[in-house]
Amino acid sequence: MIFILLTTVFVIMRVLPGDPVLLHFEKSENLQAMQQMRVALGLDQPLWLQYVNYIFGLFRGDLGKSMQDFSPVAQQIFSAFPATLELAIYSMIIAVAVGVFLGVQSSKSYNRPKDHLIRVFGIVTYAIPVFFLGMLFQLGFGVGLHWLPVGGRFDMSIAPPAGLNIGNLHLATGLYTIDSILEGNMYKFVMAFKYLFLPSLTLGLVLCGVFIRLTRSNMFETLRLDFVTAAKARGLKDSTVTYRYALRNAFLPVLTMMGLQFAMLLGGAVLTETTFSWPGLGSYLVARINFRDYTAIQGTVVVFGILVSIVSLVVDILYAYLDPRIRL
Amino acid sequence: MNTMTEPLLTIDGLTVEYCTSRGRVRAVDDVSFSISKSETLGVVGESGSGKSTLGLSLIGLIPFPGKITKGKVILKGKEICTMCAEELRNLRGTEVCYVFQDPMTSLNPVKKIGAHFVELIQTHEPKVKKEEALERAKKLLKDVGIQPERINDYPHQLSGGMRQRVMIALAIALNPSIVVADEPTTALDVIVQAKILDLLNALRDAYGMALILITHDLSIVMERSDKIIIMYAGQMVEYAPSKDVYLNPEHPYAQGLLKSIPNIELADQKLEAIPGSPPDLLNPPAGCRFWPRCSYAFDRCSKEEPPLYITGAEHCVRCFLYDPEAKR
Amino acid sequence: MDKNKIKRSMLGTLLPIRSLAKRGLAGWLVLFGGILTGTIIIMTLISPWIVPYSPSALLGANDPSKILLPPNSQFPMGTDDLGRDMFSRVLAGGGVMLQVAIVSVIACLVVGVPLGLFASHAGGLVDRFVSLIMDSIYAFPGLILAIAVALVLGRGVINMALSITVVYIPSYFRVIRSQVLSIKELPYVEAANAAGAKKRTVLSRYILPNVLPSIVVVATVNFADAILTAAGLTFIGMGVPASVADWGWDLSNGQKLLASGSWWVIAFPGLMIILLALGFSLMGEGLSELLNPRLEQGGK
Repeated sequence: MIFILLTTVFVIMRVLPGDPVLLHFEKSENLQAMQQMRVALGLDQPLWLQYVNYIFGLFRGDLGKSMQDFSPVAQQIFSAFPATLELAIYSMIIAVAVGVFLGVQSSKSYNRPKDHLIRVFGIVTYAIPVFFLGMLFQLGFGVGLHWLPVGGRFDMSIAPPAGLNIGNLHLATGLYTIDSILEGNMYKFVMAFKYLFLPSLTLGLVLCGVFIRLTRSNMFETLRLDFVTAAKARGLKDSTVTYRYALRNAFLPVLTMMGLQFAMLLGGAVLTETTFSWPGLGSYLVARINFRDYTAIQGTVVVFGILVSIVSLVVDILYAYLDPRIRL
Repeated sequence: MNTMTEPLLTIDGLTVEYCTSRGRVRAVDDVSFSISKSETLGVVGESGSGKSTLGLSLIGLIPFPGKITKGKVILKGKEICTMCAEELRNLRGTEVCYVFQDPMTSLNPVKKIGAHFVELIQTHEPKVKKEEALERAKKLLKDVGIQPERINDYPHQLSGGMRQRVMIALAIALNPSIVVADEPTTALDVIVQAKILDLLNALRDAYGMALILITHDLSIVMERSDKIIIMYAGQMVEYAPSKDVYLNPEHPYAQGLLKSIPNIELADQKLEAIPGSPPDLLNPPAGCRFWPRCSYAFDRCSKEEPPLYITGAEHCVRCFLYDPEAKR
Repeated sequence: MDKNKIKRSMLGTLLPIRSLAKRGLAGWLVLFGGILTGTIIIMTLISPWIVPYSPSALLGANDPSKILLPPNSQFPMGTDDLGRDMFSRVLAGGGVMLQVAIVSVIACLVVGVPLGLFASHAGGLVDRFVSLIMDSIYAFPGLILAIAVALVLGRGVINMALSITVVYIPSYFRVIRSQVLSIKELPYVEAANAAGAKKRTVLSRYILPNVLPSIVVVATVNFADAILTAAGLTFIGMGVPASVADWGWDLSNGQKLLASGSWWVIAFPGLMIILLALGFSLMGEGLSELLNPRLEQGGK
């Protein structure tokens, strides 16, 4: 399936527009510069050869060269990736935490006002464009209340968290929150968190609607099962029954949904990063678009596709492993 | 056995209604009885007669959208209907315990047997340590006839009969005043049935609690209970000591039930079934609910609802046949 | 005679509304969503006649006092950094988005539905092949794919609509296909086939009517998605040029003005996007519950 993805991307980006270099320059003025670029990027070769190079290049980790400065796209992507990863992780955490919690509350007040309210909330958050919500938060928390920073990932005047050095080994994840813990620097941790908070809250809220709906319907069914009623009949505390009994069983679909939502997460990340000047793959993509750097854009799109494929593969494996019908 | 003590539990004119989208269903209609220490009460009726709802209303676990709309439930002098959720929860498991019908689905499949007991005991007696709770669990298992070592097993490792015994052990763990057993033997085979019923009675004698047996099988409660209530379409149609029901059943429905019990000593007995089927509770028949199936029905029966007539010491019947003022 | 006819036709339009309201929450959702969407559409359609100023008029070009005004009596929604009246822009700004959404939904229906019918009817390798392609596109992050296609096609309303179409065809395809597959197995379809009915008859008389409700639901939800994606594309700068009033454009433009606290430049256009997307989403939710009633226990 990945193969089809890669081919589709190639078709869209190389074949359809005809000549990416032409598009890059827009007007065919400087023919010599254009030809130079074509040669440098390997775009003057026959199409099938380009395709072959493309596929093999991917296996080598070579995503082509940027039209801007002919530096390897793969490297640029690699350096921008951790920021997006960090944003994605925390956004997903927020989406799931908020979504599951509200879904549970909703299922317990089934068809009563609280339930309706929560359901509408879920629908409304989905209808809000993620960048609008981001801007509202920026206005409110940043400009209005001055509580949180409005853009960027870290305070420019301090060195970013660099992780741990054990002898010759350098342990760093690229995720500022984790690296600062590795470094043992609490100040940097708080700092990283402050910058991370608004972007991930924005993205997380927009995505939580799906989880609300899923948890609500699953919990509703689970709460009707016999062993839940029996537990209640023994006088067990409500929170015990809800969380330890019912939620345990309703959780597996949430995991699957996390995988499915990953694609939406990446799309939303592009918009969120643009809004908050978060230096990740999304910002990178938009910057390349503005520059009309087609090779870089193609490389980025491919990477996104690969990421989604990996995540769905992992989810499939995890599901097979965790499904009690298969294991127990 | 039947000491003239202050009743433990008094139900007075209890009415439970379900508000569904298709209309109101009166699952329990004006039921009154009382039960004292060391007494066994049998509640007999077909499926849909309201007997399970009656049982659940004693612990306040009537499933949504059901509500108690009239009447009172008085346990040890306190009215249950006016209690808040937390007080009710404290009652469950400690004063009133419920044994569910299906032992297969009533235990938490991912918890060990011992863990069920620990959880139950620690919920209601938080100061008890785990080891002590496990010791108590072992003793309880012995009381119900299961080897104490099985506290380390999971529910699926036990047979149906053993699981039911575990449920009973959980029910008596905290020395309740009342145990409600809802079809305790329906899911089990015949030989095990008798053992479970004997066990329940033995425990009743040992612990001095009141036992309410809910079943559709009149023969079960005939020998083993002190008093019997016969329910039909949500109403109590006869309430009498079990001997009286056996020797002198008054309500036509009760008579029909008795005639339909096969008697092994009568070799060529013809089994008589009661014609017709139970009424749809959304649209119950006007007047007496049993009249469409009653061989004694006369004109008045289809027009007026018969009240309960007292026909003897502790014997009452809901039938116009026993109206002292009527002339046939 | 005439009066009665008029009365009856008016009642005719009112009756569906009343019956909707009776159907509980779901009915209200459809009603409310429908009214919301309808109002916005009408507003956009009549905007050329009711705007106080031209949405692209740079009132601040010669008159600096009109730049970045907060909402006041003359400009109820304020002005932006070049003196454009926000109120006029809000009235007219839905045009692009609605056009894009309508075109893409129609295109998706025209392509996706027949494709789904064809693939599920054909079965075998053909079905698997087409499904594989559709699944790949479906799994891909929507916005990013739309960006890729839009990049290639260039700016403009039609091109935006086309890129959104490409992204959403798989949604229609999947729904149609799964519905057809489940209906195909039903006894009465088998009976019809066994009686020798032509494939076309089976398709149009048996399968299509049952598939129709799902199509309606998908289309409605798709509308909402299309609007949000169009807004996203415009926000990144891939939509329409500045001279056309567009809410997404306003948001992107207003981003740099946030620091000065000029909230009105983004608040109103953003609100409109939300309302429009919300209208369709609510309709979709309501329709989905009405057309596929769940087995619920009690209560409205």
